[in-house]
Amino acid sequence: MANELITGAEILIRSLIDEGVTTIFGYPGGAIMPVYDKLYDYKDTAIHHVLVRHEQAAAHAAEGYARVSGKVGVALVTSGPGATNTITGIADAMMDSTPIVVISGQVGVNALGSDAFQECDIVDVTQPVSKWAYQIRSADKVAWAVSRAFYIARSGRPGPVLLDFTRNAQTELASYEKRDIHFIRSYKPVPDHTADSIREAARLINESYKPLVLVGQGVELGGAQQELREFIERADAPAGCTLLGLSALPSDHPLNVGMLGMHGSYAANVKTQECDLLIAVGMRFDDRITGKLSTYASRAKKIHFDIDPSEINKNVPVDVPVLGDCKETLPEVTRLLRQADHKAWRESFEPFRKQEEDTVIRPEVYPTEGPLRMGEVVDRVTRATSNEAILVTDVGQNQMIAARYFRFTKSHSIVTSGGMGTMGFGLPAAIGASFAAPDRTVCFFTGDGGLQMTIEELGTIMEQKAPVKIILLNNNYLGNVRQWQQLFFQSRYSFTRMLNPDYDMIASAYGIASRTVTKREELDAAISEMVAVKGPFLLQVAVMEEDNVLPMCCPGHDVDDMLLTF
Amino acid sequence: MESDETLFTLIIFSENLPGVLNHITTVFTRRQVNIESLNVSASSIEGLHRYTITCYCTEEQVSKIAKQIEKIIDVVSASYFTEDDIFTLETALFKLSTPVVLENGQVSKEIRTYGAKFVEVNSTYSIVSMEGMTEEINALYKHLKVLDCILQFVHSGSIAVTKSTREFVTEYLARRACEVEK
Repeated sequence: MANELITGAEILIRSLIDEGVTTIFGYPGGAIMPVYDKLYDYKDTAIHHVLVRHEQAAAHAAEGYARVSGKVGVALVTSGPGATNTITGIADAMMDSTPIVVISGQVGVNALGSDAFQECDIVDVTQPVSKWAYQIRSADKVAWAVSRAFYIARSGRPGPVLLDFTRNAQTELASYEKRDIHFIRSYKPVPDHTADSIREAARLINESYKPLVLVGQGVELGGAQQELREFIERADAPAGCTLLGLSALPSDHPLNVGMLGMHGSYAANVKTQECDLLIAVGMRFDDRITGKLSTYASRAKKIHFDIDPSEINKNVPVDVPVLGDCKETLPEVTRLLRQADHKAWRESFEPFRKQEEDTVIRPEVYPTEGPLRMGEVVDRVTRATSNEAILVTDVGQNQMIAARYFRFTKSHSIVTSGGMGTMGFGLPAAIGASFAAPDRTVCFFTGDGGLQMTIEELGTIMEQKAPVKIILLNNNYLGNVRQWQQLFFQSRYSFTRMLNPDYDMIASAYGIASRTVTKREELDAAISEMVAVKGPFLLQVAVMEEDNVLPMCCPGHDVDDMLLTF
Repeated sequence: MESDETLFTLIIFSENLPGVLNHITTVFTRRQVNIESLNVSASSIEGLHRYTITCYCTEEQVSKIAKQIEKIIDVVSASYFTEDDIFTLETALFKLSTPVVLENGQVSKEIRTYGAKFVEVNSTYSIVSMEGMTEEINALYKHLKVLDCILQFVHSGSIAVTKSTREFVTEYLARRACEVEK
């Protein structure tokens, strides 16, 4: 009945259901109460609401959900502090192109601008860190705004949208008619590509002797994993992955030369400076990838596939930009390629891979004595899950080591805060991931710093029985900052040493099974136990306190100038 | 101002929705570029607002700023121009002391020289309006300043039209209208 009058709150819920939303991460409060009241009618039916313990976690959980499911994640919070607490998640989603819609309550329009209780101008606050931010001021705008929000969040280069929902718009009546917005005249999500750019890209690739492909998250977002494989196999081009692009190409693919950048694979970084053609696909030349910009890949011509025109020439000037959706543009280029054979070029990576294997990987992953190392823990966990699990990380050493040594066989399998580097992201994101893929194992690697930033979410895990496997690599330090202090600040460990609580007692208080491992011989059994347990599990591993993530390209250095030891 | 900085004019079209102006200005702030002048008004295209923004920066900066602005969902287009590509105009109002104007004949001579005109005169003050390029307006201001007759001075932001023979925004909207029908 299109003419039936219902409240704006109910229009919101019906709109969400019509957008295919099944899971919401949220936290109630005064200015969003009419929505929560209506949600009560829908609980345990169409929409599962996950009550988080802090609004920041609602945003991060929505991000984790979005990254694994490929769908739009939804967070629902109240006005004022509820809304401002989501800003870190919104900014994180903006940097990492993650589609989420955050719905915040707002005071009624008559109170706007009066410094009313829990009023905050959240639209203006979030505008620079969101793809779109909009205030819904009347009930008849709800369906339009929700449909527009979801279209904007998921289309083109995905990103976060904030809907600020005034209280009067929640309670006023309007009729509901399903909206299906898939066109906004001022917004062109996928730019047109030209036949010239496709031809020119193919020509450069066909003429190249030493091509190197940089695989970014754009491949995952575009669903172009298969198209990428066909492309690199035809071009016979070695491919390195960005942090967010790690699961776009199986780790054991013969052309996969590992992670790029600061703590990436030595061979991939050295060869960046030697290649004659750099082919970037859905990545944005972050400073953690390029090292010193002025000398980056200076011998190479550059091709950049991207859906976002503002990324072209932003950091690195390119010879041939290929705008558009890489799922369409990659096969068009592949069709024009001759089957290449760059055996000598491929084999030239081997000495550098071997050098990294001997000096960095063996001591980190296969030590026989001394304290436990982070790398060996990651390696044993990925083996125990047959390289099929979803990796969620926090930020810091745990993140870099997990990214280096976890292995991927399936796409959409890495959830990590790349651009923002948000400590505390991991635990709520892992909860989100567990709802997005209930049939898969979610392994969350964290440190003692990041875990405590959002540790309240153990409550959410307890209540939801979210089967998150938490692997706490405890070194009693804020390890990454400590590493930088050691390297660049004469080992003056200014406020990076941490006195830690008893994590087993904390887990126990939340009814979460746990185990602490301090000896190498206990590790495998504890991991087996963790994997076998049906629900959540906290595995704390006491790792080497002053372990460093290597190799490392120090800031401002050429990307091939990597420390292998120090 | 660094030596490779020049005056650029951005012409931007956006949907008439709340918050777009704020979003546009944050793009400049974040990239450490000051807005010299800004003019916003309804455009000749129904429902679209037109922004004319001038700033001193490098071409690399302005090209990135234009791309970031065009990325804003409700912005239809953002293009940048140098002085050669566009025709610009500014308006200025001078509030002058009438006794000084009467006393010193040089004042009205300067006003005539620059093509400005008196729009209001009373015994206390006179209002003079002028249209022209920034430099002309600034030149008149300097002359009147020396004559010590200025009570108030204000000038508008630049407004500009392109010298191109094509109307790219209209063409874009026509293309988009065809796409929506598909």
